[in-house]
Amino acid sequence: MLNPHVHLNPQVFNTGIEQVATRVGYGIGLLKLGEENPNVVALCADLTESTHTNKFAEKFPERFFEMGVAEQNMAAVAAGLAVSGKIPFIASYATFSPGKNWETIRTTIVYNQANVKIAGHHSGIMTGPDGATHQATEDIAIMRCLPDIAVLVPCDAVEAEKATIYAGKVEGPVYMRFSRDKSPIITTRETPFHFGKLQTFWTSENPEVTILATGYMVYYALLSAKYLEAEGISVLVANAATIRPFDEKGLLELVEQTNAIVTVEDHQVAGGLGGLVAEVLARTIPSPMEFIGLQNTFAESGKPQELIEKYDMGVQAICKATKKVIARK
Amino acid sequence: MMLSDRQLLKLQEIAVKMREQIIEMLVTAGSGHSAGPLGMADIFTAFYFYILRHDPRNPDWDERDRLILSNGHICPVRYAAMAMAGYFPLEELQTLRKINSRLQGHPHRSVLPGLETTSGPLGEGLSQAIGMALAARLDNKKHTIFCITSDGEHQEGNTWEAIMLAGKLKLDNLINVIDYNNIQIDGFVTDVMPEEPMKAKYEAFNWEVLEVDGNNIRAFIETIEEAKAVHAKPTIVICHTIPGKGVDFMENNPYWHGSPPDLQDVKGAPPKGEQAKKALAELRTLQGKIESEHEG
Repeated sequence: MLNPHVHLNPQVFNTGIEQVATRVGYGIGLLKLGEENPNVVALCADLTESTHTNKFAEKFPERFFEMGVAEQNMAAVAAGLAVSGKIPFIASYATFSPGKNWETIRTTIVYNQANVKIAGHHSGIMTGPDGATHQATEDIAIMRCLPDIAVLVPCDAVEAEKATIYAGKVEGPVYMRFSRDKSPIITTRETPFHFGKLQTFWTSENPEVTILATGYMVYYALLSAKYLEAEGISVLVANAATIRPFDEKGLLELVEQTNAIVTVEDHQVAGGLGGLVAEVLARTIPSPMEFIGLQNTFAESGKPQELIEKYDMGVQAICKATKKVIARK
Repeated sequence: MMLSDRQLLKLQEIAVKMREQIIEMLVTAGSGHSAGPLGMADIFTAFYFYILRHDPRNPDWDERDRLILSNGHICPVRYAAMAMAGYFPLEELQTLRKINSRLQGHPHRSVLPGLETTSGPLGEGLSQAIGMALAARLDNKKHTIFCITSDGEHQEGNTWEAIMLAGKLKLDNLINVIDYNNIQIDGFVTDVMPEEPMKAKYEAFNWEVLEVDGNNIRAFIETIEEAKAVHAKPTIVICHTIPGKGVDFMENNPYWHGSPPDLQDVKGAPPKGEQAKKALAELRTLQGKIESEHEG
């Protein structure tokens, strides 16, 4: 059943569930931050509308800086603004920022401990028809390996807004991952946003497997839990909205209950949530584990739903992985 | 305010001492860059002992001028200038590149107060300087943002992204100072990747362009005064410097770009073990008289 303590959207299993892209949450959060704090500034690299930076830009033109198609410059300019007391938010597609400008981010923002917030949009195969060039499927890996940066992957637009606002209020570099296409609204205003904590969204008595998902894929994990319940298989589903710093204690509490885990992400399994959980469990409670995500491949153009099925990341694949991991216990 | 002859002489003496510090710290470190720091000693002297509004006892003073070192590899000259100006004890210079030191091989802002950025990877300093200039503009602050870049790092695309942006934003509180010494690791800049005409390139990006002999302290100070008076445009000061300036066997030889004295035998230089000694002897006999190309 849905965990009553986190106040999820009661409509979550209805076919007509409201769908909003997580990038919309970024735009709303950024605007609210701008209204609250005059030191918040926004930068964009020729993708102002697409990254939903436009609402901020329209309301605060003097605090918005159009960088043109120059992501390295954007990152380092933001670092200069940050060490001068501003709170810059930089937005582009994640393949370009933090993809193309990774070393600039490493040196001038993260190592330099500049208070810059990096919004990586169009993450995952969810980006769809634009094709693999624009589907960021390695950004979690390249950000979570850096010391001293927070990495947030909100599961829906409501959580995206909360994550953005949180990022604006905490000191230090933050990476936030957003997606292009609409996805179901899983959480509500009342759902608490706990930075650095895994949150259990689906509970069962005597669960056999933990399904740990990140981003909009939490929705597919919840659907899978419902299907599995109908088949008599009890699971836990948890939302990993904070990838870094990772909630190791929370993970162990979940795995101690189930002794098996499936990770679910729209990202390369290597270096992503799957890799992260494997690193933790290998030195704590080694447990049977299955990985849902891109398996050492780029994806291609197509509708998000088609891609999710083709690359074995949908409900069917998650259920199959769950059964497989049970058999390995 | 005119620089008096007496002031100039004092600055020239400081520059020679700075060069001695550079040689000594590089020998102790056993690695690091020689030519750039020596070539830039006059400019760093001018900045730290005449141009900059700064307070070594209060490095975070909000109204200070910002000096961003984009080509972080020449940091021995910055460390020497900072120590001589009173940011930290002179003895600490001997910890350069050693474990537990604040003087990292390439400068790291968070560990040493007074550094404005972390730098080393090329092409990033001018962008950060722009960020600082924008913040100053937003806050109506009157300080100047100086950025030191190298000619070599003008091969980085990021540098040109920044040049384009500063021109667009008309940042007249930003002055870029190029160490135009024509050497980089793989040889002479003119061979590795020709960059001329630099003046015309900057002009095309809506910058004010000034040129000066970067080893002539008086001329440099006067040019910076001129740059500060420029309105509604960023200014580039192309500083023609001699890499290795002050040590005859190091001047204009790309070998010394990335090497310290006494690492190995080098053609045209004293044998290993004698290089630092010779360099220091040479600097000491100069007695403050580093002659620039354009001085009488």
